Amino acid sequence: MKFSHEAEEILETLWVSQEEKGNPETHCRLFNEEGRAEALKELKLAGYISQNKEKIILLEKGKEDARSAVRHHRLAECFMMNVLKLDKETGNMSACEFEHLLTPQLEERICGMLGHPKTCPHGNPIPQGKCCLKTGLQKEIVLKRLSEMKAGQKGRVAYMKTADKRKLQKLMIMGVMPGMKISVIVNAPSCVFQIGNTQVAVDAEMAKSVFVMTEKKR
Amino acid sequence: MTEKNKIIIVGSPNVGKSLIFNHLTGSYSAVSNYPGTSVEVFRGIMKYEGSEFEVADTPGMYSLMPVTEEELVARNILFEEKAVAVIQVVDAKNLERMLVFTLQLIEAGLPMVLAVNMIDEAEKLGITINAEKLQTNLGIPVILTVATDGKNLEALKSAAVLRADFKQTPLDFSYSQAIEEKTRKVSDLLGREYELSKKTVSLLLMVEDAEIIKVVCADEKNNCEAIKKETTALTDKYRAPMNYLITAERQSKASAIYEDGVTVTKAGRLAFNEVLSRFTMNPWTGVPIFILCIFLLYEFVGVLGAQVLVKYFEEVIFGKYINPPVETFVKHFITWPVLQDLFVNKYGIITLGVRYAVALILPIVTTFFIAFSIIEDTGYLPRLAMLIDRVFKKFGLNGRAVIPIVLGFGCNTMATIVTRTLETKRERVIASFLLALAIPCSAQLGIIFALLSGVKALAIWLIVMISVFVVVGWLTAQLLPGEKPIFYMEVPPLRLPKLKNVFVKTYTRVEWYFKEVFPLFIAASVIIWVGNLTGIFAVLVKMLEYPMQWIGLPKEAAVAFLFGFFRRDYGAAGLYDLKLHGLISGVPLVVAAVTIAIFVPCIAQFAVTIKERGIKAALLMAAFIFPFAFFMGWLVNTVLTLLKVTI
Repeated sequence: MKFSHEAEEILETLWVSQEEKGNPETHCRLFNEEGRAEALKELKLAGYISQNKEKIILLEKGKEDARSAVRHHRLAECFMMNVLKLDKETGNMSACEFEHLLTPQLEERICGMLGHPKTCPHGNPIPQGKCCLKTGLQKEIVLKRLSEMKAGQKGRVAYMKTADKRKLQKLMIMGVMPGMKISVIVNAPSCVFQIGNTQVAVDAEMAKSVFVMTEKKR
Repeated sequence: MTEKNKIIIVGSPNVGKSLIFNHLTGSYSAVSNYPGTSVEVFRGIMKYEGSEFEVADTPGMYSLMPVTEEELVARNILFEEKAVAVIQVVDAKNLERMLVFTLQLIEAGLPMVLAVNMIDEAEKLGITINAEKLQTNLGIPVILTVATDGKNLEALKSAAVLRADFKQTPLDFSYSQAIEEKTRKVSDLLGREYELSKKTVSLLLMVEDAEIIKVVCADEKNNCEAIKKETTALTDKYRAPMNYLITAERQSKASAIYEDGVTVTKAGRLAFNEVLSRFTMNPWTGVPIFILCIFLLYEFVGVLGAQVLVKYFEEVIFGKYINPPVETFVKHFITWPVLQDLFVNKYGIITLGVRYAVALILPIVTTFFIAFSIIEDTGYLPRLAMLIDRVFKKFGLNGRAVIPIVLGFGCNTMATIVTRTLETKRERVIASFLLALAIPCSAQLGIIFALLSGVKALAIWLIVMISVFVVVGWLTAQLLPGEKPIFYMEVPPLRLPKLKNVFVKTYTRVEWYFKEVFPLFIAASVIIWVGNLTGIFAVLVKMLEYPMQWIGLPKEAAVAFLFGFFRRDYGAAGLYDLKLHGLISGVPLVVAAVTIAIFVPCIAQFAVTIKERGIKAALLMAAFIFPFAFFMGWLVNTVLTLLKVTI
């Protein structure tokens, strides 16, 4: 089930508090911020939490999703800091954005690309996913901007980062979405890439805002 | 007459909508192999077992949230017009991506029929589509078609007509809880019903579609603020743009439906057209290929059209078979010389108007349109666009503008209409201006090539024109404020043009052009006759003789320039006559060719510029172009004289 980002973050906090720190319950004041009431209602409706005046308890039904929310968050942190080499502060901020965009498919790929990490950059454990249990060929994965890729290089779209909504809309209507296979056909004087069976030409400015995961065999 | 039932065709650019429209209605709208040919809504009548339907072919759109002006046109039709069926045409090769739009259309509550087109091309790539599964999953009729061969188009016709009898319930797709809930809240605030469902309207409001916000706020004066509050509350809650999140959810649903209904076997090795395609896009091979194309174009239009055919028409058809008998005939029946002049002699309707239009202009324009149709249908233009994008950026345009600019070498009027495919107002203004200023049309070009027969003269003329384009283009971009253009364009596969399509397209374009030109040429003959008769013409010519002499031209050229007010090509054709009579040659000929090429756009182009860009912009352009043409003439003359260049 999909929740609002607020709700997902509440789940994370609850899970960390109860499962990792072993608190039996969590104090309500942690969630006093404005706008959180609606998210809490969402979770209550789904039967994920119970709440009285002071305390909130994460119920059995919500644990699975809460665990995966934490996993997403910490994977995103690893990704931002280890792969993108962002500093802690920007890394944290980008991770908070990115974690909500992870689809199961993308999550698996990122986890694989990071080598199924056990801990996040802050040293907290990352709950294991199904993919971590399977052993397979480990590949080093490098994240590149589309504009930096060479002709013939392949990969999968990680995400798009642009402040310009119209640019984002254009990329999306051409089929550029996280997780999609992408390959570069030529990269000068403009970038022409293939996604699905469509070839698209974009200028360097647009190509810069697409981040692609490329594989490099070890 | 009662209003006919409507069928609307929608879909992304370059998926075959126009071909399907042509088949359904039996009429013709331009079909080509580059995205964005249909800039207008074409409407036609379709007959089905005795009843008639109105079919509308909309410009290409990728989603219900428009990016360009033409997408907005297409969306407004869906927003405002009630249809018995909406046919979405999709490219079978890119079904996964295009299903996202299908989901959006179904959600809008439209009576959808899905035409999965180009299944032949998809099959070659190893893609097999199960129409029944798609139909079950989507809950709408799905027809697999090959529009170029007419395959299954009759089935599509009946599916559209009998849409009301299709009893499956369309897919009801729900988003994650928070989005769903908000959508319901916004829907409840909407009082008025639109042709698109309230859910769709609400979602568009949430992704902050400016146009929809405007429309809704005009209708819902009381609720406008409440609606805005709801939507911003949601937007603030998420860190990623709403549009991205909603699209991502649709995409994962679309992918699931795609995976259920489609099987893909491994594709074979790179096809020949793909190899060639890469050569056209690599700058090292792409630029030579471009130069080769220009050369072939010159050989075909400049040599075959403008020299061989024009000569044949002029000397044999008109010189031997038409003019002498007509002259004898007219002189036999009309004894009054004044009236004789109306039909024959130097400026007569037959000897001047008809001769210019048929013998001079027709062969050149026809050969250009044949060549353009071939280039267009191969899919070469988007490749040229990606090669040239960086250069065009300097002029405040992007690679996409290559289409109107290249078309402008055929007919500037047509090209000015096509500037609609450009994204921002700024780009449209710059493109219209450069078309009016520095792009000579094929009729003009043909005659200019004939005028400047020497390599040296032609080279000087080319250098001057290219410099004008570059310098004025660059300056315009500096002077006109606005955001930087963004270049993005789908690159369709290279295809071998279909002879029939090239023929039909050329025919339609020439017909359009001729209808435009012919009456003007006849009118010009009549006006000149009246002008001569009343003496007004003599006064005007006298007045124009001064600027002629300033830029070093013989005063006889004034007549040609006066013609130029009617159409630029008419003016050029007048120069051509002067050259034949030996009145002008050498440097003045180059000067004249430069001046007339920059000079006013023809009347038709001017009218279209007013219509598309507004009277203010059009007048400003004209106010610059008139004096600038003479200035450039003067400059070229002065420089060439100073440098003692002889031609």
